[in-house]
Amino acid sequence: MRVLAALSGGVDSAVAAARAVDAGHDVVGVHMALSRSRDQFRTGSRGCCSIEDAGDARRAADVLGIPYYVWDLSEKFEDTVVADFVAEYEAGRTPNPCVRCNEHIKFATLLDKAVALGFDAVATGHYARIGPSDDGTRSLFRAADAAKDQSYVLAVMGPERLARSLFPLGDVVSKEETRREAAARGLSVSAKPDSYDICFVADGDTQGFLRSRLGSQPGEIVDESGAVLGTHDGAYAYTVGQRRGLAIGRPAPDGKPRYVLSVEPVNNRVVVGSAADLAVDVVLADRAVWFAPPADSFDCSLQVRAHGAAVPARADLLPDGSVSVAVDGALRGVAPGQSAVLYDGTRVLGQATVTAAVRSSLGAVGAAR
Amino acid sequence: MAPEATRVLVEQLARTGNPSSLHTSGRAARRVVEESREQLAAALGARPSEVLFTGGGTEADNLAVKGLFWARRTRDLRRRRILVSAVEHHAVLDPAFWMAEHASAELVLLPVDSDGVLRVDALAEELAEHADETALISVMWANNEVGALQPLSDVVALARQYGVPVHADAVQAVGQVPVDFGASGLDALTLTGHKVGGPGGAGALLARRGLELTPVQHGGGQERGVRSGTLDAALLASFATAVSSAVDGRAAFASRVGALRDELVDGVLASVPGAVLRGPRSGRLPANAHFTFGGCEGDSLLYLLDSAGVEASTGSACQAGVPRPSHVLLAMGVDELEARGALRFSLGHTSVPSDVAALLAVLPGVVERARAAGLAVVS
Repeated sequence: MRVLAALSGGVDSAVAAARAVDAGHDVVGVHMALSRSRDQFRTGSRGCCSIEDAGDARRAADVLGIPYYVWDLSEKFEDTVVADFVAEYEAGRTPNPCVRCNEHIKFATLLDKAVALGFDAVATGHYARIGPSDDGTRSLFRAADAAKDQSYVLAVMGPERLARSLFPLGDVVSKEETRREAAARGLSVSAKPDSYDICFVADGDTQGFLRSRLGSQPGEIVDESGAVLGTHDGAYAYTVGQRRGLAIGRPAPDGKPRYVLSVEPVNNRVVVGSAADLAVDVVLADRAVWFAPPADSFDCSLQVRAHGAAVPARADLLPDGSVSVAVDGALRGVAPGQSAVLYDGTRVLGQATVTAAVRSSLGAVGAAR
Repeated sequence: MAPEATRVLVEQLARTGNPSSLHTSGRAARRVVEESREQLAAALGARPSEVLFTGGGTEADNLAVKGLFWARRTRDLRRRRILVSAVEHHAVLDPAFWMAEHASAELVLLPVDSDGVLRVDALAEELAEHADETALISVMWANNEVGALQPLSDVVALARQYGVPVHADAVQAVGQVPVDFGASGLDALTLTGHKVGGPGGAGALLARRGLELTPVQHGGGQERGVRSGTLDAALLASFATAVSSAVDGRAAFASRVGALRDELVDGVLASVPGAVLRGPRSGRLPANAHFTFGGCEGDSLLYLLDSAGVEASTGSACQAGVPRPSHVLLAMGVDELEARGALRFSLGHTSVPSDVAALLAVLPGVVERARAAGLAVVS
């Protein structure tokens, strides 16, 4: 097969590309330039990390003996992933930009362009497995290494994209194995630190990034009765379940810490309450993507965070195509905008975007879409 | 590298001796350097004393822009303006921008026409208004991307009227078109080794006798005290040999490759819908052909051509290797989307008609496919 290996400049994608070469594929390396910088004059102020990453990606391609190209997808990235990130926070929701990047960039723009240029598949360094499910269809599974599993952020791609994807690291049992393999292959990125932060928020200061885009929008912090407890500088900077950064002068009557229960962009309010108030009984989600046609009602497990555990759940399809997932209090602090991924054991059934989290006692939490 | 330049390099590498030393082997090394200087000067219509060896074209351009600016400015504080064409190589543009940011220079980008040729009327206007404040003019001999030869005799004539020194980056021109430093009337000219079949890491600034240049690199005072640093006799001998043989073979090369290039241009324009030749039809470097293919991304074209065994170039890439719309094309008035589909084909000594035929056989299909991929990104 002709395979386009996406090379980020990190160790995972380099080893994934190497494995694709070993598998006998005709491999070409592509580094996606995603950060925007349009200075005509090169001052050296361009993000040093991205230049370093591009250099590392090029070097990895050299070591593997494969052609290397840089594709500038920065405009598309800004228009979809970054703009969506800002708009979602502004609307009081909690987006996952990695999910959006996989949806709009890696398994859309990159994949479509690759296919148009004659490639059969795109290989990435994601930790997830692709294999046949019981009925023989090609399905997405959790990685062998549960700690590194990235099936949660990949689920959005759906079956058609999956058919053109390769995840050569799916059966790796630990990140250490990947690093050892990289070192053995002479890849200089073998000891490069992992990246955790949101790639376009270079200093890790998400609130500062949002403030630079959205400006100051002072408003009130209230409890569920509507009593004003404090003020904030922009409701967009708060996420359901958040405890830190609440500038509340008075202690709660019960003396327990308070958490963000919901963000209300319409009246620019942040509602806080106790930990017990964060418990969720039912998650509502729409924009569902299924890897196989789902039953009207089925048992499954639900994961709503990249690094969160999956909890037992029962899903019911609603007539409008959205899905209602009952978790009976097993989840806390679920926010609209989060990605909900449904599993059958280790197999991904589908993905949808949370519109509301419901507590049976108190009604919907968070802003309905 | 050219075989004779390689031979000289290998022969001379066995020699020991610092050309600045006075002992026997030092004197022998000095002799090699001075003979190289004479050989290079003779090939380019310069006097030996006008040759300042550097570590390459970028260093020579930096020395010209910064050295001329500081020398002129020191004598006359009003002279802060640096005039460069908008299509200069980054080795001239970036030092000029840097001087504007860090050395209180005022940068003036001179416009070009739609073929990438300097608009002499704009230079005349600029000088008429600001000649007293102008430190230097730098206009390349020929553009590296679209091949356009620049009207240097007009530039020199105008500059003479006002007593403003002129530098030309001739990195692309030496060995391609006739270059005679003395006859050109230029004050300074840049050339480099690797563009003429010589070694990398060797270049020169030809600087008119008596031209004041403030040193950029300080140390042992070599090269008229303007460019300090121990000279590498072997490298310079190889460089001078390469320049000399490129100039000797230039006329034959230019007529042979020029004809082949015309064939390529005619073939591309006839067989590829939407192909636009950039740069002038005549008055361009003989080995250069440059096109835009609207609706394509340059990197897609590169990949598809490379898979088909054809090596081309998109023009300018930034440090991270991100393809950017060329500043040359933008200065020519080409819109940004169109500029993304730019491709430059350079012919060389080994190019033969079957190479052109091979390119023409694959290019229409490559462009069609790249257009489809370009649409995939836009949608």
